[in-house]
Amino acid sequence: MNATPESLLHVPPRPVSARVRPSAGKEHSKDSPLSIHDMTVAYHRRPVLWDVDLDIPEGRLVGIVGPNGAGKSTLIRACLDLVPKASGRVSIYGRPYREQRKLVGYVPQREAVDWDFPVSALDVVAMGLYGRIGWCLPVMKRHKRIALDALDRVGIAHLAHRQISQLSGGQQQRVFLARALAQDANLYFMDEPFAAVDAATEKAIVNILRELRGGRKTALVVHHDLQTVAEYFDWVILLNMRVVAVGPTADVFTPENLQKTYGGKLTLLDEAAQAMARRA
Amino acid sequence: MNDLMHVILLNDYNTRLVVGSTALLGMTAGVIGSFLLLRKRSLMGDALSHATLPGICLAFLVMSAAGLPGKSLPGLLLGALIFGMVGVGCVLLIRTHTRLKDDAAMGIVLSVFFGLGIALLGMIQDLPAGSAAGLESFIYGKTASMVWSDFLLIVAAAVGVLIATVLLFKELKVLCFDADFAGAQGWPVARLDFAMLALVAVVTVIGLQAVGLILIIALLIIPSAAARFWTDRMIVMLLLAGGFGAAAGWLGSSWSALATDLPAGAMIVLVAAGIFILSMILGSTRGVLVRGLQRWRLARTVAKQHLLRAMYEIVEQANRLTEPLLEWSELLAARSWSARLLRRHLRIAQRGGLIDRVGARSYRLTRAGTHAAARAVRNHRLWEMYLIAYADIAPSHVDRDADQIEHVLQPEMIERLEGLLSANVRNAATVPPSPHA
Repeated sequence: MNATPESLLHVPPRPVSARVRPSAGKEHSKDSPLSIHDMTVAYHRRPVLWDVDLDIPEGRLVGIVGPNGAGKSTLIRACLDLVPKASGRVSIYGRPYREQRKLVGYVPQREAVDWDFPVSALDVVAMGLYGRIGWCLPVMKRHKRIALDALDRVGIAHLAHRQISQLSGGQQQRVFLARALAQDANLYFMDEPFAAVDAATEKAIVNILRELRGGRKTALVVHHDLQTVAEYFDWVILLNMRVVAVGPTADVFTPENLQKTYGGKLTLLDEAAQAMARRA
Repeated sequence: MNDLMHVILLNDYNTRLVVGSTALLGMTAGVIGSFLLLRKRSLMGDALSHATLPGICLAFLVMSAAGLPGKSLPGLLLGALIFGMVGVGCVLLIRTHTRLKDDAAMGIVLSVFFGLGIALLGMIQDLPAGSAAGLESFIYGKTASMVWSDFLLIVAAAVGVLIATVLLFKELKVLCFDADFAGAQGWPVARLDFAMLALVAVVTVIGLQAVGLILIIALLIIPSAAARFWTDRMIVMLLLAGGFGAAAGWLGSSWSALATDLPAGAMIVLVAAGIFILSMILGSTRGVLVRGLQRWRLARTVAKQHLLRAMYEIVEQANRLTEPLLEWSELLAARSWSARLLRRHLRIAQRGGLIDRVGARSYRLTRAGTHAAARAVRNHRLWEMYLIAYADIAPSHVDRDADQIEHVLQPEMIERLEGLLSANVRNAATVPPSPHA
């Protein structure tokens, strides 16, 4: 892009591929579990997610992968209205999130919580039912039974009355998963459920995910281990501030796309983001 | 002595009033303070209480200017409440719109509002009407001036706060534990936070007369912090916190009634501090003493198992199962323990019926001791085999690693070990050979 003084007056032609995102897939379907339209998210004027546009069909296990700071957690939190969007919108089965809360389950990162809190595993799982119970009403025995069933599904029913700091990392993760399962949702967002868990817990989580898929539920999972992406997920979103590629794993999880996601071809984006942050 | 009975039996009307009010205040503060503690916003209560001072002064000025009695309590408390909430609002604004974090924001609001209040107090003192001496009592508390209507106010506030706590128990619980999840579920997190702080503000304001704005934070934090040492269940923690707060209020103001120049507010706080220290040391769930005891017991178990294992292995190696007398010198050489330590372990084992002393320097395992020793050796070797087979640790290293873990092996874990190693461990009751052999 060498510019002589005269050529500075000439605006370069609009790049052909500007509005065609690679592997963006089909048009937005009206009833897909998750449909994100041109979403940008910024923290203090520093863009974290840029122009995210995607459409996830039903019954898929979707892995979200990308380097650290790529905005994977932010993507989930933006869908859940936990962080404000600078632009764009998210629709869940065709409607905004706030109208569809009952259909969505959330498994947050384990560090997000103080595990010293005086609650048992059963208490935490019962929290998944609070929305169903409603304002000012107490947790009844039948709710506790549902919570116990959820704990049983993830294999730790025998730890129901243990205080949560006395659980191992993998067991804590399973408690979070059970809480989301108790919500009996159709669309699940999971933030690094496999981070620092033992092999047995990892297998248990994968089995639960496959059960969910069998029941035509959809799950979006932030994942950090590239080695297992092809084995666990049918679809994958490659994210580095913008969506590098999204689609079936077999089509999209290619070395070329991975290089684009992790390989530093987007460093200019990084620098622009930092420049905006400094000026903020 | 007569004085003491007089106070304890609440014979005096004034004492009854004060003790009742402070006990009720303590209970309410303990309950709502628990949520504050769990939400990690304890110091917000301090910012709130200090922010009430300008509110009190302004209320006085407004009411005096409007021709109303300047020291009308409901008016002053309303002013306190409003400004308390304004203070909290400022903390949240600073936190949201600047880069300052909670601690700086609270420090700024606390000191600025309090400074403003002191300035206003000074102004009021210079007014012709202003006997501001009464207003100062809100800083340190002045139970001597409490009357029946004050007591009623405290009862009303306590009942209101407790009803709100019962109704909103699970909402506040999920808010304190996982605000993100609560928000994702649709609970109005900001409004629940506001409601919780409003309840704290109510408790703070009714406590201004009893303990003063500087010390009300103590009643909000200390009883709930003390309660945490006794339980891992939230509902029990709340009940205990209420109980501790009530006890602090009751005992503190009784003490102050006995020794009339000691202010009630300070005494209440000292009693609360005493309860806290006792809880920290003796608390059944997380107390220092209990944990120390657990550690000491573990150390004893470890030492006992070391001794048994050493004895068993000496006997086994030399194939002396029929004549298992062990000399002192052999035992001393078996492990790296000092003579004094070995003597102590031997004495303890003897008292526990695990070994017999035969002659001056010989020892022998009893039947019970042999069983215990076999079990200890078995667990140790199972774990060593597991480490070698599954954790790829070299045989020369496993002895020390096994030593760390074997003492806390639960029966379920031992069963799993046996299951895993069943190929090498033919008979479940025997002791497998040492992997080092």
